Amino acid sequence: MLQDRDRIFTNLYGEQPWQLEAARRRGDWDGTRELILKGREWIVQQIKDSGLRGRGGAGFPTSLKWSFMPKTSDGGPVYLVVNADESEPGTCKDREILRHEPHKLLEGVVLAGAAMGCTHCYIYVRGEFVREAQVLEAAVQEAYEAGLIGRNACGSGYDIEVVVHRGAGAYICGEETGLLESLEGKKGQPRLKPPFPAQVGLYGRPTTVNNVETIAVVPTILRRGADWFAGLGRPNNTGTKIFCISGHVNQPCTVEEEMGIPLRELIEKHAGGVRGGWDNLLAVIPGGSSVPLIPKSVCDTVRMDFDALREAGSGLGTAGVIVMDRSTDIVKAIARLSRFYMHESCGQCTPCREGTGWLWRMMERLVRGEAEIEEIDQLWDVTKQIEGHTICALGDAAAWPVQGLIRHFRDELERRIRERKRRQAA
Amino acid sequence: MSPRFPRRKPVGAMAPDVDHFSFTPENMAKAQEIIARYPEGRQASAVLPLLHLAQAQHGGWLPKAALDHVADLLGMPRIQVYEVGTFYDMFNLEPVGRIQVRVCTTTPCWLCGSDEVLRACRDVLGVEPGESTPDGRFFVREFECLGACANAPVMWIDDDYYEDLDYERAKRVLEAIARGDKPRPGPQSGRRGSMPAGGKTTLLFAEEGE
Repeated sequence: MLQDRDRIFTNLYGEQPWQLEAARRRGDWDGTRELILKGREWIVQQIKDSGLRGRGGAGFPTSLKWSFMPKTSDGGPVYLVVNADESEPGTCKDREILRHEPHKLLEGVVLAGAAMGCTHCYIYVRGEFVREAQVLEAAVQEAYEAGLIGRNACGSGYDIEVVVHRGAGAYICGEETGLLESLEGKKGQPRLKPPFPAQVGLYGRPTTVNNVETIAVVPTILRRGADWFAGLGRPNNTGTKIFCISGHVNQPCTVEEEMGIPLRELIEKHAGGVRGGWDNLLAVIPGGSSVPLIPKSVCDTVRMDFDALREAGSGLGTAGVIVMDRSTDIVKAIARLSRFYMHESCGQCTPCREGTGWLWRMMERLVRGEAEIEEIDQLWDVTKQIEGHTICALGDAAAWPVQGLIRHFRDELERRIRERKRRQAA
Repeated sequence: MSPRFPRRKPVGAMAPDVDHFSFTPENMAKAQEIIARYPEGRQASAVLPLLHLAQAQHGGWLPKAALDHVADLLGMPRIQVYEVGTFYDMFNLEPVGRIQVRVCTTTPCWLCGSDEVLRACRDVLGVEPGESTPDGRFFVREFECLGACANAPVMWIDDDYYEDLDYERAKRVLEAIARGDKPRPGPQSGRRGSMPAGGKTTLLFAEEGE
C-alpha cells in the first residue's frame, strides 16, 4: 500500500484550504523557478524517465506527446490546453483537483508549458462544475497576483497566460479535438486526424491537450525526481493514480493509490468492501464507462494498471471503478450506458449517430428479454460496425460496454429471452 | 416558413419571451472582460461563457433574441450561435422553471438509487423529468453523468451539487428550496467531500499536524 509520504494530492478531501498560502505549506510552488531554468529538454527527459502516461483515459506516454510540439518558436502562439471536461461516467477525480488542489494544477501548467514553449494555457472546465471553476479562477487570480503565472512566471523569464474556460454540457468535448472546436466557439465535433493538434491545434496553432491529473502530478515528479515516480507501480505502469470507487461498495470514495494495486485490495482497504461481502460481487467496470466490464472471477486477482487490465480484456481508462453487486440488473446497467452514448454522440459520423441509437433500442429490449437468441449475435455485429469506423473514440466507447456484457453475461441475456418466451407460452 | 421559436409559452414565474434582449450594463462589462480573454479575431471563443451569462440574466432560458444579441456582439453569423445553442445540454431554448433541478441518472448514480431521487422530485414538485411546475418556479430534468460518482446519487440545483442522496435527503433539500431556504450543498450524509464515510484510509499524517 502506498505510504502517505508518497501521496501527491495531500489535500484530496479539502481538509485544508485550497488557497495559495496553504498550498505553499503543502509544498506547491516550491523552487518552481529553478525547475523552469533547468530547461525544456530536462523537464521532458524527467517526465520520460518517470514513465508518466496520460491520466485522461488513453494512457499515452506524456513525454512523447510533448515531444511532438515544435522545438523552436516561429514567434506565434503555442497552446497548452488542459482538459478538465471530466464527464466519463464513474470518474470524479479531476473535480477534487480543481476544487481542492488548484495550485498543483497551475504549477503543472507553468512547468508543462515551459517544457513545450507554450505561450498560453486554456483550462476547459465542464460547464456543470460551476463551483469548481470558481475556485480555479480564484486560484488563477492568486497566482497572477503572486507573479507565479503571467509574464516572467516565478521570476524565471518565461511568460505564460492562463485562462479558465467553461464548457456547457457535452461529453464529446472531452475528446481533445472536440474540445478544441468547442474552445473556438463551435459545436464540439471532433476533427479528423492527422493533422494532430501538435501541428494544427487551437486556432490552427501547435497545441497539446492534457488531462488535469496528468498536468497536476508534474511538479511533484520534477521535485522528487523521475526515479521516485518510476519506482512506484511497475514498468510501463508507473506512479500513483487517483481512483474513484462508486456503486455497490460500503464506502464509496476517491483515493490516491499506487498504480497496480490489486482491485480487491483497492475496494476492501479504501471503499469498505463490496456491499454484502466480496462474494456478493457481480462485476466491475474498472476504468470509467467506456471500458468493458470484468466479472468477479477476473476481479479476484486483477491489478489496476494499464497493461494488467488490457490483458484482462478491459482497460484502466480514467480509473473510475464502478462496482456492481449481485442484486444488479446488469443488462439494465449497461443499457443505461448505451443511452448515455446515444445522448452524447455528436452526430457527425453515421455509424455512431445511428449505431448508438440502435444499440440502446436493442439493449432496452434485451432488458425485458424481448428478442430472439440470434439477435445477441446481431447486437455484437452492430458494435463491430461502429467500432473503428468513426472519427473519434466515442464510437468505440459505445461499443465496448455492450461487447463486455455479451462476452461475460451471454447466459443472462439468453436466460431472459427464454424466460419471456416461456411466460408467453404459458 | 420557419418554425415558431420558442415553441412553448412561458408560464407563471418563468422569464418572458422577448423581442429584444441586451446585456445589463453590469453584464456587458463582464462580457467585455470575457471577450478580452481570447485573441484578437477569435471572439467566437467567448460564445459559451456569454450564453451562460445571457441565460443567467434571463432567468434560466435563452430566447432567440438573446442568441442574436450574443451573435451580434461577437460578430458571429447568427446561425453559428443557434448551432452552438442547440448542441450543448446546459442551454435551454424553451421557457423553463427558474430553479433548475437536474438529477443524474447515469449508471453510477442509478446503481446508488437515482430512481429514488426522481421519486422525491415527483412527490415534492409534482412533475415528471423534463417538465416545469405549473407556477414556473421549478424545472426538473434528468442529466447525464455529473462527475461526482463517489458521492452518488447526485442532483444539481442551479449552481450547486447535492450529493449522497436518498429519497428522504432529496425530499428535504427540495422542500427547503421550495420554502425559499438555501440548504447546504455537498454531501447530505455529512461526510467531507469524497472521503470514505467511515473515516479516511489515507492521508492520516495530516491529523498529526502534517
